[in-house]
Amino acid sequence: MENSSGSYEKELNLEATELRLGLPGSDEPEKRSIVRSNKRSSPEASEEECISNGSDVTSDHQDNVVPPAKAQVVGWPPIRSYRKNSLQQNKEEQSEGAGMFVKVSMAGAPYLRKIDLKVYKSYPELLKALENMFKCTFGEYSEREGYNGSEYAPTYEDKDGDWMLVGDVPWHMFVSSCKRLRIMKGSEAKGLGCF
Amino acid sequence: MENPNAKAQRHRQLRSNNIDPIKQMRENHPSTNSEDDQRSSLLDLARAEITESSNSKTRTYGGFPDPGSGSGPSEPQAPFPDQVLENVLENVLHFLSSRRDRNAASLVCRSWYRAEALTRSELFIGNCYALSPTRATTRFTRIKSVTVKGKPRFADFDLMPPDWGAHFTPWASALAQAYPWLEKLHLKRMIVTDADLTLLADSFPDFRELVLVCCDGFGTPGLGAVAAKCRYRSHLYSSNKLLLLRVLELVESVVEAVGDEEVDWISCFPDSQTNMESLVFDCIECPINFEALDSLVARSPRLKKLRLNQFVSMAQLHRLLLRAPQLTHLGTGSFSANDPGGVGELVQDYTTAFEACRSLVCLSGFREIWADYLPTIYPVCANLTSLNLSYADVNAHQLKPVIRHCHKLQIFWVLDSICDEGLQAVAATCKDLRELRVFPVDAREGTEGPVSEVGFEAISQGCRKLESILYFCQRMTNAAVVAMSKNCPDLVVFRLCIIGRYRPDPVTQEPMDEGFGAIVMNCKKLTRLAVSGLLTDRAFEYIGRYGKLVRTLSVAFAGDTDMGLKYVLEGCPNLQKLEIRDSPFGDGALRSGLHHYYNMRFLWMSTCKLTRQACQEVAQALPNLVLEVINNSEENAGDDIEVLYMYRSLDGPRDDAPIFVNILH
Repeated sequence: MENSSGSYEKELNLEATELRLGLPGSDEPEKRSIVRSNKRSSPEASEEECISNGSDVTSDHQDNVVPPAKAQVVGWPPIRSYRKNSLQQNKEEQSEGAGMFVKVSMAGAPYLRKIDLKVYKSYPELLKALENMFKCTFGEYSEREGYNGSEYAPTYEDKDGDWMLVGDVPWHMFVSSCKRLRIMKGSEAKGLGCF
Repeated sequence: MENPNAKAQRHRQLRSNNIDPIKQMRENHPSTNSEDDQRSSLLDLARAEITESSNSKTRTYGGFPDPGSGSGPSEPQAPFPDQVLENVLENVLHFLSSRRDRNAASLVCRSWYRAEALTRSELFIGNCYALSPTRATTRFTRIKSVTVKGKPRFADFDLMPPDWGAHFTPWASALAQAYPWLEKLHLKRMIVTDADLTLLADSFPDFRELVLVCCDGFGTPGLGAVAAKCRYRSHLYSSNKLLLLRVLELVESVVEAVGDEEVDWISCFPDSQTNMESLVFDCIECPINFEALDSLVARSPRLKKLRLNQFVSMAQLHRLLLRAPQLTHLGTGSFSANDPGGVGELVQDYTTAFEACRSLVCLSGFREIWADYLPTIYPVCANLTSLNLSYADVNAHQLKPVIRHCHKLQIFWVLDSICDEGLQAVAATCKDLRELRVFPVDAREGTEGPVSEVGFEAISQGCRKLESILYFCQRMTNAAVVAMSKNCPDLVVFRLCIIGRYRPDPVTQEPMDEGFGAIVMNCKKLTRLAVSGLLTDRAFEYIGRYGKLVRTLSVAFAGDTDMGLKYVLEGCPNLQKLEIRDSPFGDGALRSGLHHYYNMRFLWMSTCKLTRQACQEVAQALPNLVLEVINNSEENAGDDIEVLYMYRSLDGPRDDAPIFVNILH
């Protein structure tokens, strides 16, 4: 099936070795429109006759327009909106990198609080608020020693799932990567200081 | 009217040949003992309806007739042996519980039809538009339990406008008139209004069980009405009034707060002791009056099933557990603590509370789980047969210490956040697993996901008794699917959803035909199948050739030509529910199913290659079939149709179809 655009062909050739028949990941060319396609799969299918089933490719398959990889097709995958909404809420609450509302827990206390990081402009503000909320003190932060000496230390889980000491990275970086906070016992937090 | 002598002669013939009529029935209509649909031909039913004369309801005695007493008044006097046989028949049929057996029995002859109708107590309507409520209530006069299902399953995925139909109201009024003794009502995918619920509460003094699955249209006012009014049959020897309601279950139904109209429905339960055995409201999206709930649980000694919504915190759950250690099924609510300023009990206390629940076998909820709390359920793990973590973002590390204890687990629903590693842990411990569902946290199409063929294969290796699987993933190999088909021969339900459409086997680049082929070939008990990935007509050839017991088939983005659908329609005699989307099946394929459509509950085809013309032809060829052509978008795509929803109906097309539904005839 010849294609009119030469550059389009060249693009495909680059990926020819991948032999992808389905919808690949993010390297799908942006220009394809979203179509609720009832037509056959991918452009490569008609280009490289590697379908072994022997069925004929009818003229209807000329278009072979496929949606971009991350296009949201209505009702696909088949998950009830009820379930999707529930998970959505949870994900929003965990604020994936958005750094707004985060849960704060404290070692020994089985209740959680939630704070809006956007409300605070700097570490001192945040720490003061946490100290008030949980009736504890953190003491002085130093880059080398962390919160050495104080009974409690504030820590947070970042986007990568690592637990970090609050204060180690610049404020804006902290706000954008903090998923949740945890006030640990000073002894627990010792291992989190910068090396 | 048949000559009574001929009838008597036939009965004598049967007896002298030592034919056991029930056994005969079973042999003619092999039943697989499951909960599904009747296989009887629609035309036979219609004929029976037409010839059934109005004196069918003459017998008015209760369940156990006196053999010596008189017969139906309007019939000519039947010979005595015939009468005895009919009375005996009713006695025997009383014990028949399977509706498939009952349907078969009703086709034997007119007197069996009548006897069966008089002795049926559970009415199952698989498609609310297959018949009018009046037809049902006319034929069956002694119903105590009703199940009605409405919208087709694909409506869950927004493939149909929400106001399509499936209104319960006409059924509500018909049932209220016909069955004042009604005890149980189960509805699925119906639109139920507060007025409907109020009517229920007012009309059925013996009402004890209400289950609403995937329903919407009602709110807390309706629930309040049910809670308040389903009660008060005064006990014979005391002045105490009992709450008769035993079961109130709302499953995945949409119940939202609607501003001022919100009602504190929990407080509507009467103050006295209740008979409540099951209270399920985990889907209610509004806060509840906890004190009222606490008090309700305290005065419900028979309560076994309690599923809380996310507005119940950990501390509150703790209190409830202490109140009701006899619970067998628990939905934990949020499973996190958001008591502002409250100094809750220590985690140890929660563990103690769970320890006290010796009878807990089914655990779900965990709506906003704080994973640190998960260990509190350790004491109950060893007894659990069912665990639903599918709303809990739990990773493998957090899952392992829990699942390690769950030796008796049979049903496990979970998110793919546990990764292949988590599934391996499940496979290692849960040797008795029968049902597994793995849902995706991130439902977008991508290349890699947290679960794959690795976890899938581990499950097939470790859980040999698997009967039902629903698995969402981004990648799957034919080899893994073939392995499961061999390792798990007891599979009855196989639903694999490879989220990336048209995705081939990533290792071989082959279509997924062979994998699904192996499933239908090797899993001889398979009745439900959902396919995905890159599939050619060959996959459907396999299904048509080997899927002889398949009753439900879901297809999306699959197949090449009409042949695919033809294979299935011609090869699968037990096919009841067929839902297809975005697949290149057209008119020729549609026509190839004409011989079978009356045996099906429905056919759904959206974004396929059907033309209005062909649908019109089918509508004319099969007059008892209703073909609904639904247009989702504003533009009329011309001759091509977007959605075809087709089903049999004894009473013609419905009269409540909205404007975007075009019914062909």
